[in-house]
Amino acid sequence: MKIYVTDKNGVEHVLDAVADWTVMEVIRDNGIELLAQCGGSCACATCHIYVDGAWVEKLPEANEEEIGMLDGAFDVKDSSRLSCQLVCTPALDGLKVKVAPGSY
Amino acid sequence: MTQNTHQTDIHQTDAIIVGAGPVGLFAVFELGLNDMKAHLVDVLERAGGQCAELYPEKPIYDIPAIPVCTGQELTDRLLEQIKPFNPVFHFGQMAERLEKLPEGTWRLTTDRGTVIEAKVVVLAAGGGSFVPKKPPIKGIEAYEGTSLFYAVKKRDAFKDTRLVVAGGGDSALDWVLNLQPLVKEITLVHRRDDFRAAPDSVAKMRALVAEKKLNLKIAQITGVKGANGQIQALTLKDDGGEYDYGCDHFLAFYGLTMKLGPVADFGVALQGELIPVNVANFETNVAGVFAIGDINTYPGKMKLILSGFHEAALMAKKAFDYVHPGRKYRFQYTTSSSDLQTKLGVEKEEKAG
Repeated sequence: MKIYVTDKNGVEHVLDAVADWTVMEVIRDNGIELLAQCGGSCACATCHIYVDGAWVEKLPEANEEEIGMLDGAFDVKDSSRLSCQLVCTPALDGLKVKVAPGSY
Repeated sequence: MTQNTHQTDIHQTDAIIVGAGPVGLFAVFELGLNDMKAHLVDVLERAGGQCAELYPEKPIYDIPAIPVCTGQELTDRLLEQIKPFNPVFHFGQMAERLEKLPEGTWRLTTDRGTVIEAKVVVLAAGGGSFVPKKPPIKGIEAYEGTSLFYAVKKRDAFKDTRLVVAGGGDSALDWVLNLQPLVKEITLVHRRDDFRAAPDSVAKMRALVAEKKLNLKIAQITGVKGANGQIQALTLKDDGGEYDYGCDHFLAFYGLTMKLGPVADFGVALQGELIPVNVANFETNVAGVFAIGDINTYPGKMKLILSGFHEAALMAKKAFDYVHPGRKYRFQYTTSSSDLQTKLGVEKEEKAG
């Protein structure tokens, strides 16, 4: 499973996504700058990412907690998600995301 | 350079603990067992650090001997555990300056002018001070404190002005309701038409909108225009595009984030945003200054509360040498030591027979 992550400098990285890990964990553990201050408990909005194009519709819907937490993020777009709430599954193979301002 | 503080304003204690999160709280216990008193400084208005601020209602499963407890429950239990040692808390203030006095005592000054002196300093600052999240708008600092605020210090500053409040939680709505009668014009800006605040507050807000006493804009704030620290307009962005919205003051409630802050200038070596320590006693490169909990780093470090508890215990043993030089450190178990149990205020049971 691979995910493509564009870092704060606009450089794209191809990462091996581990099944059942969250996208936040994969990004962070590969040394790409992502604050994720609360360690993945949906309490800080600093793992904010933009999801690329067609992938937005393919992801499981955000729950109320994630939507509420996105209020604490900036420049929130329709493609915004909190990466600690996205679990790596085979369906997400090839996912493309970009880290958002405020998360680095 | 000494401050103009009266002698009575200087607090004397054995240990200054920067940060009143779970690890700072437990440090009071370990210091207390060894006859050391502590004062704690925290930027939040209450104890608990990340536990109380980020996940008070969420479960923690990895505190030894506690199958499950919430962040708030952990905080409450620690406060109960350290009660016998009467810690003194200085809340709502950030530790700002650390200096060593000629006689070897440490002096810590906070941003409210509180001065505390002690023989040891324990940095239990976690991820840093909780400070308001600032919108990443270029040049926004120029307006902070004059027409952009992250908290209300003086209500009267908003009298008869055009105010914009940003946010969707209790802070934003509480202040909208509080300030609406005072201002000339008030607008609430939130990125979606759904609010996390208490239902009663939301209902009152909707009523004000219906009565045309409050403007509601579903938008995000992307820019600030003004001069000499005075805002003239905010740039709002919604599905229709960007537009300017005239106002005099901007109250931004986007939540809190952690920043290392003044601790970075305390004179201890740093590794990024972390403080390297040795694993024998968690002292920094500066004698008498310790770092425990998430703020420190050492080979094998894991950012776990239980690690911070261990670090506090070993720190206290070394701190003893600075606070009670000439006294021999006495290693005792709380189960069997009448000395420790007396300190803890344990009731003595009558012996049977």
